[in-house]
Amino acid sequence: MNSLLAVVYLLVFPGFLFLFVASLFGQYLDRKLYARIQRRVGPPLLQPFADFVKLLAKEDVVPDYADRVMFTAAPIFALTAVFAAFLYLPVVASVGLHSFQGDLIVVLYLLMIPTLAMFLGGWYSGNVFGVRGGMRVASLLFSYEIPFFVALLSPAVLAGSWRLSTIAGYESGHPLAIIVSLLGFVIGIIALQGKLERLPFDIPEAETEIVAGPLVEYSGRRYALFRLARDAELFVGAGLLAVVFLGGPYPILVSQPGVLAWVNGFVMFLLKTFFVIFLLILMKSAVARIRTDQMVSLAYKWLIPLALVQITLAVVLHSLGGLL
Amino acid sequence: MKAPGKMLPRIVGFILRRPVTVRYPKERLTPPEGLRGKMKFYPERCINCGLCARDCPSGACTMHDVEGGKKQPQFDLDFCTFCGQCAESCPKQAIEMTKEFELAHYNKGEAIVK
Amino acid sequence: MPRVRLPIGPQHPALKEPENFMITLDGEQVVDVDIRIGYTHRGIEKLMESRTYIQNLYLVERICGICSYAHVVNFSQNVEEVLGLTIPPRASYLRTLVLELERLHSHFLWLGVAGHEIGFDTLFMYTWEDREVVQDLLEDISGNRVNYAYNTIGGVRRDLGEEQKKRVLDGMDYLEKRATFYKEVAVNEKTILSRAEGVGILKPEVGKRLAAVGPTIRASGVAVDIRKEDPYASYGDVSFDVITTDSCDVLGRVVVRVLEIFECIKIIRQLMEKLPAGDLVVKAPRKVPEGEAMSHTEAPRGEDFHYLHANGTDKPDRYKVRTPTMANLPAVVEMLKGTFLADVPIIVAAIDPCMGCMDRVLLLKDEEKPGERISWDQLRVYANTWYANRGWLG
Repeated sequence: MNSLLAVVYLLVFPGFLFLFVASLFGQYLDRKLYARIQRRVGPPLLQPFADFVKLLAKEDVVPDYADRVMFTAAPIFALTAVFAAFLYLPVVASVGLHSFQGDLIVVLYLLMIPTLAMFLGGWYSGNVFGVRGGMRVASLLFSYEIPFFVALLSPAVLAGSWRLSTIAGYESGHPLAIIVSLLGFVIGIIALQGKLERLPFDIPEAETEIVAGPLVEYSGRRYALFRLARDAELFVGAGLLAVVFLGGPYPILVSQPGVLAWVNGFVMFLLKTFFVIFLLILMKSAVARIRTDQMVSLAYKWLIPLALVQITLAVVLHSLGGLL
Repeated sequence: MKAPGKMLPRIVGFILRRPVTVRYPKERLTPPEGLRGKMKFYPERCINCGLCARDCPSGACTMHDVEGGKKQPQFDLDFCTFCGQCAESCPKQAIEMTKEFELAHYNKGEAIVK
Repeated sequence: MPRVRLPIGPQHPALKEPENFMITLDGEQVVDVDIRIGYTHRGIEKLMESRTYIQNLYLVERICGICSYAHVVNFSQNVEEVLGLTIPPRASYLRTLVLELERLHSHFLWLGVAGHEIGFDTLFMYTWEDREVVQDLLEDISGNRVNYAYNTIGGVRRDLGEEQKKRVLDGMDYLEKRATFYKEVAVNEKTILSRAEGVGILKPEVGKRLAAVGPTIRASGVAVDIRKEDPYASYGDVSFDVITTDSCDVLGRVVVRVLEIFECIKIIRQLMEKLPAGDLVVKAPRKVPEGEAMSHTEAPRGEDFHYLHANGTDKPDRYKVRTPTMANLPAVVEMLKGTFLADVPIIVAAIDPCMGCMDRVLLLKDEEKPGERISWDQLRVYANTWYANRGWLG
């Protein structure tokens, strides 16, 4: 009975099926709000799902000059890593499906894999645009990963734990921690935007420059998996920020007992995650794409120093005995 | 001040506003007076001079035999560029451009105005 | 790092029309550019020789979809010059009106395209929404949204009513507000600045040597404007400024075009105020006597040049068109050298290229393999066997 419940947890809710639906809804929200800001109508609710199903049915081409194994493996790697990362997020209850001391680091590493998979997919596709895009992915990797890591570590330092649920719990107990790590939150959002390769950082797949970068040769099922991995990464990344900076499933002050707490936690998590996604959408709606060199200098001149300031602040506060 | 996302405060409100795009088959915009759409031909006014066919830049207007051994124009809308030169060349105003513009059809030769 | 040859085009999302830029890259930096043109050669000049002047009015219009009216005005001016006609002042004013409306719509369109090239799709959506206003006005005045068919030899085909006049002025008020918004955004949005400032440098002396035209050269500080230097239509009767900047970069080209929108609005308001009463057209004979004429206009993209040789029949003997993009392309090669790959689309877009208008010549020679000409029927057989060999034909 217990193992059956575990399978349900893993596959249906709050596991893979939920993540699948939530990612597609995230994509819908992204496209719809972006369209509305641009005064367009935007897609209907089921459009992302329809796109996914349509792509699954499409002809799937592997170019002759591509490395067949790596070309196929890259989207699967990406999707698996994101889905695995999701298991550690405390979605419903205060603890994720799986949780241990240090799961924050695991999630951060797992969220890096889709980027690497993009690089490999582009590199092994054998297309000149794919290779160029893959190189851009690789060269930008560090410019957003370092500030992202450092920014996310500062709440962990404040809470004195590397465990996601503990950090979230600490934040709900100490609302001041949210304000203290606000700078880290802003850096986290900017770095996440870069990680997700969205405007203004969509340099690797800049449509008007290198067509679609690493994804240029992908079609059919493999492309569908890559797209799903990207959407899931959007949801998981936003969820991670919501957990680490905004207290995840914890209501900000009030807490109820029993099943109600369960529902409340879930609603809180969704609200906070979609709030982060909303910020990400606003961020992409009124900017132009910047260049590789500008992105790198933005990261090293601003994001990393500010992230270091944030973590120093956290260390000092923690050593002084923490917040109230 | 020069800042990224400068437009944002002025456009974020559009999320709640109605989009400008029209959902076409359900809502329609009215074309202005004087739009050149499908032409209308009045055979009784025609004096069979053939000026329309001579001036047609795209070969949409051609002369065809009618009863009485005379020729009258036929307009193939697949070729027509809707410039309205035929209506202008006609000395008897036998051709008139209407506002009808939804002229999609399945097969070649289905949209012929006689 | 080894040098990479990257083809931009003939099919590429940055180019709206097929043209090939072979780019040699060293890392992300452009070392050399090789432009190959001729992919959209349509043989319009040759086709014109087999059509009457009346038919050619509508063919000339289709050289370019955006600046179509500048071409028709050129053509009409050529024919009128050979015929010795003077068009009525009202017709001349109305021609100027449509020319300026066309410039407005072209500049709004370009602003959106430039935004799209640097990933600013929101700007693209807004400017194209505003462009609808101009297009509705043009549709109202001429009966069509593009390829207006408004001109005829000896004048214009339609009159402008009082209500239309009011609608034009209302439209101008709205567009002025929008253009002010874009003016603020274009020079204050950090991400646009970082993409446009100091990119695609064209020094004035280089630009002059390579005979660049229009906003491209005006952004390098050279005040060249056919409307001012050789006024045609009614440009002599209105006052306006030739906009120049001396920043020589893509940002300068953005600024020049945005400020030109204001000049357009100024000109249109003056035209509406001064519009004289009178005839719309003088009767033109169908046959044009022997003679030749040249005409140039300031199309939205720069100087548009037409030449006509008439031989006394109702068809031209020879017609030659030189569109502004052709004049600007050599400058593009200069602008591209030494820039980043990421800047290639915006630099190419900054001259507002119209490849379809430009291709007047098709070279059948290729330096690598000798060209081979096949007829339409041979091509059909070839295609059918190609598909049959793959088992794709029933």
